Amino acid sequence: MANSDTMAAPAALAAGPRGPKPKRRMTRGNIMVYGTLFIFALYYALPLYVMVVTSLKGMPEIRMGNIFAPPMEVTFEPWVKAWSQACTGINCDGLSRGFWNSVRILIPSLILSVAVASVNGYALSMWKFKGSEVFFGILMIGAFIPYQVMLYPIVILLREAGLYGSLTGLVLVHVAFGMPINTLLFRNYFASIPEELFKAARVDGAGFWAIFFKIMLPMSLPIFVVSLIIQVTGIWNDFLFGASFTGPDLYPMTVQLNNIVNSVQGVKEYNVNMAATLLTGLVPLTIYFVSGKLFVRGIAAGAVKG
Amino acid sequence: MALSEATDAGQAGPTKKPTRIFKNMASKIAAVPMVFTALVIFVGGTVWTIVYSFTSSGLLPRLKWVGLDQYERLWGSRKWLVSIENLAIYGFCSLILTLVIGFTLAALLDRKVRGEGALRTIFLYPFALSFIVTGLIWQWILNPELGLQSVVRGMGWESFTFDPLNNASLVMFGLLIAGLWQGTGLIMCIMLAGLRGIDEDIWKAARVDGIGTVKTYIRVIIPMMRPVFVTSLVLIGSGIVKLYDLVVAQTSGGPGLSSQVPAMYVMTSMFGGQNLGQGFAASTMMLVSVVIILVPWAILEFGGKKRG
Repeated sequence: MANSDTMAAPAALAAGPRGPKPKRRMTRGNIMVYGTLFIFALYYALPLYVMVVTSLKGMPEIRMGNIFAPPMEVTFEPWVKAWSQACTGINCDGLSRGFWNSVRILIPSLILSVAVASVNGYALSMWKFKGSEVFFGILMIGAFIPYQVMLYPIVILLREAGLYGSLTGLVLVHVAFGMPINTLLFRNYFASIPEELFKAARVDGAGFWAIFFKIMLPMSLPIFVVSLIIQVTGIWNDFLFGASFTGPDLYPMTVQLNNIVNSVQGVKEYNVNMAATLLTGLVPLTIYFVSGKLFVRGIAAGAVKG
Repeated sequence: MALSEATDAGQAGPTKKPTRIFKNMASKIAAVPMVFTALVIFVGGTVWTIVYSFTSSGLLPRLKWVGLDQYERLWGSRKWLVSIENLAIYGFCSLILTLVIGFTLAALLDRKVRGEGALRTIFLYPFALSFIVTGLIWQWILNPELGLQSVVRGMGWESFTFDPLNNASLVMFGLLIAGLWQGTGLIMCIMLAGLRGIDEDIWKAARVDGIGTVKTYIRVIIPMMRPVFVTSLVLIGSGIVKLYDLVVAQTSGGPGLSSQVPAMYVMTSMFGGQNLGQGFAASTMMLVSVVIILVPWAILEFGGKKRG
């Protein structure tokens, strides 16, 4: 086997693309590959399945004890209850409050952080000034500092500004902490745009903002989408900042979800808990399944240094 | 205007540093939020916390120096030591397993398998979910009375025991199962990108020399992917230090102290225990551990090149 391979290889290389590959479907290697992939796929997919199935069952059925069994009787009551009746402490108006809080946090944070990051990236790649690289370096290092280190100073800053415990304060925090990754993203993108384009615009007399709005913005829509994806998932999934900088009435969805599910009072309603969990995960999941390749590009941008 | 164009055209690039303050003014004004964030929040906040970790701050921060007292108390506290030990166990296993699983999955997907797109989607979707959601899902699956354990028992294996979340010596592994579920997809993606970047000729050469697939991966491909592994290590490492939300959702630090982690120690002393000094000292220790991860990486990555 190995022998004939070695013999054939040089000839095949010289001839360029080789002919049809020998068909070996059920080799031991293939079974190993597909078997391993299948087992891992189960590990990743089952929790979502369990969550969906549990949220559609009634409590009597859940107590019978097979979390993997599909519901015998589908009920949407847990979803309704999770949305509008689930209790945190004395408040019993469901997860809808957290959802709307999260939306009210998300929208302004998104607009502000993408606006700031795109201008940052533009300035850093095309209008460098003395020290601009230093600030960028600090920003990049800052992305690795554990948030706990900066938490209390931010509490003081917000309190001084009269924003502690308000949604505005939380929005500003999200803008600040979303800045490193998104600035990096835009900086690398703008740096890849041909210099001639920029020079031509300068010769025509266009300034900083004119070039940004008239030339750079229209041609960088994809990177805006990537940045938006990063921010939506990041901000929606945040727990630490939401729990630290807002009060019970303004808690974002993740914090309220945790309080609902991990509350010690009352009988545990697992179906309601799972419906609530699924509801909270629905926004980033939708983004993920709709955006596909762009999501991957977003996380790759986070992973690969600039 | 004409003058600045002329100088621009004469220079190697449009991005050469200007010498006058007012030139490039718009750019400087636009960068104000960035400069503020970098200097006030990142540098200022960090320095502030480090400085106040040497004070006796309790309910409120105050500048009464006590030297290393807070650190002595910290390292004398059983809760902190347990937190460190827990994080060490979790971190070690998480690091190894994330790399192994991430690379294995990427390598398998790179074998031109059918349904690669669908599999990748399945492997990566948990990464879109928050740690809170992750923790709550796995808390439910690992529920001893109604979850996985009861299903296996129901199938006839009566003595089957798998209840990590209520077992002090296993609880970190319960968290690990959830953490790996959430995070390995990202590493798989990075590894896959790395594998796709490897020249097809390498594989041809290995085949010509008659080297087996597995051996080629271990001897040739993995050494070639060193930068990808280093990036992954840094990502995993800095993620481990931050471990917090997952524990809050899945176990709340219990049973007892058995799943306490450093970040939780910081949060309870700062916001729950009115013990700010301890919180500052503990968070400074977290910072130190990140520095220990980052500095070797920075030297490896940027040491040779001239970078700003």
